[in-house]
Amino acid sequence: MAMKIGVEEFKERVGKGINDSFMRGAVAGAQDSMGTRRLSAAEELGNWEDWRSHGEEIRKHVLENLDYYLEQLSDNVAKRGGHVFFASTAEEANDYIRGVVASKNAKKVVKAKSMVTEEIHLNSCLELAGCEVIETDLGEYILQIDDHDPPSHIVVPALHKNKEQIRDVFTDKLGYQKTSKPEELAGHARETLRQDFLTADIGITGCNFAVAETGSFSLVTNEGNADLVTSLPKTQITVMGMERLVPTFEEMEVLVSLLTRSAVGQKLTSYITVLTGPREELDVDGPEEFHLVIVDNGRSKILGTEFQSVLQCIRCAACINVCPVYRHVGGHSYGSIYSGPIGAVLSPLLGGYEDYKELPYASTLCGACTEVCPVKIPLHELLHKHRQEIVEKEGKAPISEKLAMKAFGLGAASPALYKIGSKLAPAAMNPFTNGDKISNGPGPLKAWTEIREFPAPNKERFRDWFNNREKGGNQS
Amino acid sequence: MKVSLFATCLVDMFQSDVGKATVELLERLGCEIDFPESQVCCGQPAYNSGYVKESKEAMKKMIDAFASAEYVVSPSGSCAYMFHEYPHIFKGDPVWETKAKRLAEKTYELTQFIVEVLKVEDVGARFEGRATYHTSCHMTRLLGVNKAPMTLLSNVKGLEFTQLPGKEQCCGFGGTFSVKMAQISEQMVDEKVQHVEETQADYLIGADAGCLMNIGGRIDRKGKPIRVLHIAEVLNSR
Ligand code: SF4
Repeated sequence: MAMKIGVEEFKERVGKGINDSFMRGAVAGAQDSMGTRRLSAAEELGNWEDWRSHGEEIRKHVLENLDYYLEQLSDNVAKRGGHVFFASTAEEANDYIRGVVASKNAKKVVKAKSMVTEEIHLNSCLELAGCEVIETDLGEYILQIDDHDPPSHIVVPALHKNKEQIRDVFTDKLGYQKTSKPEELAGHARETLRQDFLTADIGITGCNFAVAETGSFSLVTNEGNADLVTSLPKTQITVMGMERLVPTFEEMEVLVSLLTRSAVGQKLTSYITVLTGPREELDVDGPEEFHLVIVDNGRSKILGTEFQSVLQCIRCAACINVCPVYRHVGGHSYGSIYSGPIGAVLSPLLGGYEDYKELPYASTLCGACTEVCPVKIPLHELLHKHRQEIVEKEGKAPISEKLAMKAFGLGAASPALYKIGSKLAPAAMNPFTNGDKISNGPGPLKAWTEIREFPAPNKERFRDWFNNREKGGNQS
Repeated sequence: MKVSLFATCLVDMFQSDVGKATVELLERLGCEIDFPESQVCCGQPAYNSGYVKESKEAMKKMIDAFASAEYVVSPSGSCAYMFHEYPHIFKGDPVWETKAKRLAEKTYELTQFIVEVLKVEDVGARFEGRATYHTSCHMTRLLGVNKAPMTLLSNVKGLEFTQLPGKEQCCGFGGTFSVKMAQISEQMVDEKVQHVEETQADYLIGADAGCLMNIGGRIDRKGKPIRVLHIAEVLNSR
């Protein structure tokens, strides 16, 4: 449940999102430009659909043989002198990492961007233990100095802020005095961070893909900060979700291609860093000590269920970048560090329906997410499965809705009832009808007519017209 | 050619003009239309809300209603798609899976039927005016019908066509989403209406009763001078 952000109710969060015009401008602009770039990067490959199928196949294969590959990975990491810890829960992962920090007597940790460490709330846990934690990805850095504002996007965490807002944060918190030009802002962060890299005791990274065959880890970034995190501090800790691995470098290459194209519309990102274990004798840099923390935190519960395919996710955010709901409400509305369609599917699975029961309904099932997912996760179908689960197994649907749907079951399934109902509709709706429309509808129509007109039922249903005509009645 | 019309409940009750236009258009193209009386709703509203059990009863009625049809044609992409989902929904059911498959195989959305089965690309329509077209999500992404409506519209005489910006974006209907998540739906439909306005079109054409009711209802509420038409009505004009 650790990935939860904030305590407000869903409606409140959405209301805030909708009223945040800065955020909405930034999100819409980013969606439009990333969408176009993603399309051209995909088209450039020529056979994008084949690539997607291949990506899906790789991810499915890994999930079906997850225990085998996890063991292979652990063995290979251990062979190279690394330590492997398997954490069932967020607490276990945090405890272990805190233990390493304590054993090194570490005062300062530099971090590369990692969603799984956000998921387990690692930063606050280390800070509580008296350790300074510094995010070195620019987006994460901005959020961190802005009083730990949570990420609103899994690839571009500070997407909800525009450059003026970022300048204001820098001015307030860092005494920054220059303009809102991205180069100047980045320059300032770079100068400050350089000192931190040089003085940090421990580097912590996430992991895009672990390679089971070699015990290597790839990190895909555009800033090169991950290289410094993994080469300067003496101790490195890599934290990964238990499903984020591939058999060999060959599959990694396919997935990295899909990832960078889907995420930012780039053939490759500026840096793709691959690391294998601690420094060896002839190496000029790299950590002396290496720890791998593999996090379950609810993932193994998803294996073998109808939701298994969600674990194919490579966290590219393509689904978020095309989502029309995310476009208007922004990431924080989801109440989870995982937002957009992937968040709406994953958050209830990892965090439970209690906190996230609205998310599966925050979708029109338009299928835009499913269409772009590079590993072919049927996201809109999984959202639908959640709804079914909420209604049938959890019994969490509102009573009024249950009754309405029961009535639907009866009415729509009985031609006789349907015919009577639809025939009586004009008379029943008469008090609410104004000409050919209903502007102030009763019951479930209320929410509709608060925004839109609803058509008044036709006095002559289509079927009556058709039957009359067949009988030689009105020929129009 | 014998065509059984799957009118959809929205058209039956609220948009009978769309049903009439569909019948007249298909008849002009040489089809013989029948309307199986026992058809009800395809079950989508309940199904999409998670009430799978309840919706299956309606689906079975629909499968029976169209059992003897040669072709099933619907003037709504989303509802036609629902028939295509039936085999998936009844998967593993010893009785209904095969029946559902048979229904899905013979079900077409109106424009798809005209272009793919009747092999007609010009229905001989004439319609004066500047118009834009809303591509519905279910029809394009899930049913996979993209080209047929465009082909047919491009051959309508007098029609000045203009592309809708952000056409691939959902209009915010989503069945019960429109009332359950009204707050969000409003923002989505507003952006859609704004895009329609940007085209300076007099008409917004679509092929899905639900989307049109949503966008049209909002256009109406805002008092915008844009008329919303179903593609059957445009193709049936001369
Ligand atoms: S669900 Fe698919 S599109 Fe969304 S982040 Fe994961 S891999 Fe990317």
